[in-house]
Amino acid sequence: MQSQLLLQLIVNGLIIGTLYGVVGMCFVLIYKASQVVNFAQGEFLLIGAWTCWWLLTAWNIPFFWGFLIAVCFMMVFGIVVQMVVLRPLIGEPIISVIMVTIGMSIFFQALMKWMFGTFAQPFPPIFSVDKVNILGLQVQTAYLMSTGVSLAIMAGFAWFFKYSRLGLAMRATAFSQQVAQSLGISVRQVFALSWGISAAVSAVAGVVVGIVNGVSSALSYFGIKVFPAVILGGLDSVFGAVVGGLIMGLLENLAQYFDSQYLKWGNLYEIVPFYALIIILMIKPYGLFGTRDIERV
Amino acid sequence: MAEAALKFEPPADPSAETAPPLLAVDNIEVVYNDVILVLRGLSLKVPKGQIVALLGSNGAGKSTTLKAISGLLRTEDGEITRGDVTFLGEKINGIEPDKIVRRGIFQVMEGRRIIADMTCLENLRLGAFTRRDNEVKSDIERVYEYFPRLRERTGLAGYLSGGEQQMLAIGRAIMSRPKLILMDEPSMGLSPLLVKEVFAIIKKLNEELGVTILLVEQNARVALSVADYGYIMEQGKIVLDGTADMLRSNEDVKEFYLGQGGGEERKSFKNLKSFKRRKRWL
Repeated sequence: MQSQLLLQLIVNGLIIGTLYGVVGMCFVLIYKASQVVNFAQGEFLLIGAWTCWWLLTAWNIPFFWGFLIAVCFMMVFGIVVQMVVLRPLIGEPIISVIMVTIGMSIFFQALMKWMFGTFAQPFPPIFSVDKVNILGLQVQTAYLMSTGVSLAIMAGFAWFFKYSRLGLAMRATAFSQQVAQSLGISVRQVFALSWGISAAVSAVAGVVVGIVNGVSSALSYFGIKVFPAVILGGLDSVFGAVVGGLIMGLLENLAQYFDSQYLKWGNLYEIVPFYALIIILMIKPYGLFGTRDIERV
Repeated sequence: MAEAALKFEPPADPSAETAPPLLAVDNIEVVYNDVILVLRGLSLKVPKGQIVALLGSNGAGKSTTLKAISGLLRTEDGEITRGDVTFLGEKINGIEPDKIVRRGIFQVMEGRRIIADMTCLENLRLGAFTRRDNEVKSDIERVYEYFPRLRERTGLAGYLSGGEQQMLAIGRAIMSRPKLILMDEPSMGLSPLLVKEVFAIIKKLNEELGVTILLVEQNARVALSVADYGYIMEQGKIVLDGTADMLRSNEDVKEFYLGQGGGEERKSFKNLKSFKRRKRWL
């Protein structure tokens, strides 16, 4: 019975971990391309989820189209945010930029509460079966979809950065903006694109989490949760974000297991990632995969 | 003082009168951070199809000149405050660097600046970023023909040797199919043998692909061996110019840049220094 519970928690951990990984990648994408630590990442999830929810409930659009429109909207939204809010800040001290993203986070949080209320709203039922049984484990259909979507996004990212022209341009920009410009890459466009992709992919994650838990401000908490995952993986490593996400997902769920079985403290689940964050920063401040400069020997 | 000896007749360059040069820098003044004046009225011309060398000592403003042309000056807080840079008859100062690349000027920056955490092939593909045609593959083959040893390097570019990195940087320039390549110190940190090899390739590129090259160098001897025309800079100004042959045979150039003192006696370092101070061009 207990090993059954442990297994279930590990599966849950991996599922939620891939989601952390995806949001972490979005976070890293922005950081790598434009050196901005985006504290409003969670709000991207929130806005995306609310947009999709609104399209589905107010306009009765089929899920697939509502989802697609929401993602496209968020892409544009990300680009506009970059152009309007962050472009004028290029060259300003990093602390100002961070304050602005925190400000954006508070602003959008409040805006969403004002527009859609403070209560969690469930998505209309999307799947005919709520849960599926895989090898004796109950897995929510939404989670199954989330894992599928997450893996697809990760594969997409891998392809994008390895083979596409714009992906290479983004890596070049991350390496050195001056070098990128000397190659004919418009750094401004790369910045805008990175915010656009990041917001769109965050929206996907937002909708998936919204389907499982309902849409509410709590969604934006996801953006904070992702922070330890990204630090663990290394702030500038896309691959590290995925590994960090998986580890954090597992850690959370294992913490819940130990808590419920032995400790009975009640909310270890919530705080364990942040304890982990403190320990990582003490032992390995650059994270597992944070790049050190390549030096030729 | 010695200035009379330096007055050259204006170069007899027939193409300069008939057709406008590919690139013309006209009396530019460059200021960094709004206060530091680096170039003070610099003018030069690069005719189509030639290799032009820009020589001078450390801090003369050679790299700044190249960055002023390519627009990369902006990324270092520099600005052209006076004068014009004209490329193909159009004024290009004040344009964003990435747009200047699209117009056909590609700068190979000092110290190679290849992207260390990418492979050789990815670096080459990035060189073709501004192009949208489907001949990129055949161009990569062409770069491999010029630099056969790059073909075997499949690892990260950061682990290449200095010479290979320089070759990759030049290959990246070829990939963008530029009309004009600005080369900043291609000999930096290379062994004399490699310097020879790199300059032979530069000459070959100019002859076979017809690409015009503006070359900045400390190593005047090797630069003048491939160049058609040369300019010598000191403290932000051109102090001397002429065809490569003329410069090579000029006594002062021999003295200061080619290390072939005219005197019979071996000069001590101390004498040389005071002599140099007396004979500054400015």
